[in-house]
Amino acid sequence: MKTTAAQASAAPASQLRFRDPQIEMAHGAGGKASRRLVEGLFAPLLGGALLEPLADAATLELDGTRLALTADSFVVRPLRFPGGSIGELAVNGTVNDLAVSAARPLALLVTFVIEEGIATATLEAEVRAIADAARRAGVEVVGGDTKVVERGNADGMYVTTAGVGRVDPRTRCAASAVRPGDQVLLSGPIGDHGITILLARGDIELEAELRSDTRSVYPMVESLLAAAAADVHWMRDPTRGGVATALNELARDSRLGVVLVEEAISVRDAVRGACELLGLDPLHIANEGQFLAVVAPAAAEAALAAVRSVPGGEAAAIIGEVREQPARTVLAAAAYGGTRVVDMLVGDPLPRIC
Amino acid sequence: MCLAIPGRIIEMTADLPLAVVEVSGVRRQVNVDLLREDGIGPGDWVLIHVGFAMSKISEDGAQEQMRMLAMLGEDQQAMDEIQGYDFGREP
Amino acid sequence: MQAMRYVDEFRDPKLIRQAAEEIRRLVQPGRHYRIMEVCGGHTHAIYRFGLEGLLPENLELIHGPGCPVCVLPMGRTDDGLALAELPGVVFTAFGDVMRVPGTKGSPLEHKARGAEIRMVYSPLDALKLAQSDPGKHVVFFAIGFETTAPSTALTLLRARQLGVRNFSVFCNHVTIIPAIRAILDSPGMRLDAFVGPGHVSTVIGCRPYEFITEDYGKPLVVSGFEPLDILQSLVMILRQLADGRAEVENQYARVVPWEGNLPALRALDEVFELRPYFEWRGLGFISQSALKLRDAFAEWDSERRFTVPGIRVTDPKAAQCGEVLKGVLKPPQCKLFGRECTPERPVGALMVSSEGACAAYHHYVHRVAAAASPGP
Repeated sequence: MKTTAAQASAAPASQLRFRDPQIEMAHGAGGKASRRLVEGLFAPLLGGALLEPLADAATLELDGTRLALTADSFVVRPLRFPGGSIGELAVNGTVNDLAVSAARPLALLVTFVIEEGIATATLEAEVRAIADAARRAGVEVVGGDTKVVERGNADGMYVTTAGVGRVDPRTRCAASAVRPGDQVLLSGPIGDHGITILLARGDIELEAELRSDTRSVYPMVESLLAAAAADVHWMRDPTRGGVATALNELARDSRLGVVLVEEAISVRDAVRGACELLGLDPLHIANEGQFLAVVAPAAAEAALAAVRSVPGGEAAAIIGEVREQPARTVLAAAAYGGTRVVDMLVGDPLPRIC
Repeated sequence: MCLAIPGRIIEMTADLPLAVVEVSGVRRQVNVDLLREDGIGPGDWVLIHVGFAMSKISEDGAQEQMRMLAMLGEDQQAMDEIQGYDFGREP
Repeated sequence: MQAMRYVDEFRDPKLIRQAAEEIRRLVQPGRHYRIMEVCGGHTHAIYRFGLEGLLPENLELIHGPGCPVCVLPMGRTDDGLALAELPGVVFTAFGDVMRVPGTKGSPLEHKARGAEIRMVYSPLDALKLAQSDPGKHVVFFAIGFETTAPSTALTLLRARQLGVRNFSVFCNHVTIIPAIRAILDSPGMRLDAFVGPGHVSTVIGCRPYEFITEDYGKPLVVSGFEPLDILQSLVMILRQLADGRAEVENQYARVVPWEGNLPALRALDEVFELRPYFEWRGLGFISQSALKLRDAFAEWDSERRFTVPGIRVTDPKAAQCGEVLKGVLKPPQCKLFGRECTPERPVGALMVSSEGACAAYHHYVHRVAAAASPGP
């Protein structure tokens, strides 16, 4: 979730709706608390009256061309994990934010905040990872910055990337474009990244053959736009907070409802097993290589075929649809008729024993 | 209190009472002290709660239960059939 | 995607529909059934799987007090957090505890202010932490009914065996039978039957429930947690009620032994004894309803190694946690539900614990009058 700057002057402090006395981990988890922070503190001070709902990237118009601008910070621990590392996340994360804004990624800036004492080999490995990921994603790293902070800070290193891309003129993605009857498409299995990280931290002592799904989703998005650009109404990459949070944002911003079919949502066995063991919901777990798209019903078949035709998109599926009611709510329906509300994440997903 | 998951014992470790249990491809070390008197070993299914195996899962018990559940529908089918019979009703 | 064995069979859609139909056939029109599911895990499952929507209108499920985090009065959370604030102490607890509100905030909020608080997945993890960090004292905030108490007991036995001295347990284990009895003795509480706690029963067995059928004449069926388990238990209850029987039955026989788990009961007996009385949110002071460490384990008892404030804290007046816990009120009937009290800003533990009726209701039940039809 990013803050888009709009015109008008900043709101006075008395108008700030954000009243928490201190900042906590929940405010960065991507769920309700994060949203409150952005809407209640950042937006009023940075943008005045909010003209658009918060999206993954800001769009600027330059001589008739629409550009998408986005930035993201990466604070993952451990730095290296099965399937990738912080460097790859940093590239793919920003590339994906541009992709789901229907923008072809053009260039990245990369900044490092490095903890004093970290081995040069560690930094080199991440720079290589960034170079490789950028090459695979077809995007250039054109600049950046580096700072070093004292030992004990930065968990090894923090990486921030900022990216710019050219928005596809054939499409206009916004919550306001979404209509009842629109189909919800998900590019592949969920939960891989978040569970991989959880296990890689070593606190739990669960072992599984799992890898982060970090990758650029742009090839799939490109194929989707080629097949159905005018019919793609909304896209998002379900990172922190998972599919549940992304779709809840859609429901709230569009004031419509989303009904999901539980069985259509693909979850790898190991992710499911870990989630059952820990009492977590895969819908709340972060993904780094998937995207959601909402498409007009007439184009759904072509859209799905387009995404599936891309290597890595074979598991794409239609997982639900947009409805008028229940408004602002995401529901999941099971095959036997039971329905439940899928809520936005509150704070970090905490394993439970009860 | 109640989150307990079925898992299959993969191996008994040298560091008893720990065993390695697998749930849907995820492996975890679990303390099997509560079940040692029952005699458990690799291949057995157990119920896991906060790192301990609480109970052995009975395959027979599970199958018996599935049979009873399947019969719920059958009973009604049998009843529907009987109700459809015309035992010489008054015209 | 492979099926999860012993889980997915009990989520078979066809069998679920069949069981739901059988329930419809068994209910007598004109009779209003009030069946209590004691265990918070059942409350959670009922909402998570949308089971209430499958049941007939005249079958009402009443949520019981079987949520070990919910029934803990705020004063006990404060006591635990007082330990967390001591220098050199690492406070460990399950994820369930992390957002429970104390007077000065939840454990997560205390952590944000600098207290050393770590989430663990097993009491054994807390013990391991103590072994790996001899300079710190690790306190384990133990919660749970009889399902979880044996794990704490075995961990304490191991701590003693290994001679680990920088480890202690702040014990808040409670027992289920006195809670059920308190519900049955509540004036004005009319219940027809109980769905009995499945995992507690793997430890205590089915015999302890016999007083309910013998003294109070209400059926109790010990139930598993998958949709088919719960529905089958309701079928068994309705059959008993139709026949005029009141028996203890074991629907969860694939896992629950009638006599319970002997090693677990022995471990409990060796390590714990019953407190003369203990305060429960909603149910007041109940005698012999909670566990404390025996004298032989005094060295591993946080309450004896340290001094806790022991101040009794009553819930905010407007909060109706107690009534929801007893099943007198449904969550949305509490005046604070969804307004002052939300999962993000909980007033009481019921909104925070995943087993709490309020949390389950808030997370899983749709908040609009019109019911949505399932499936695209």
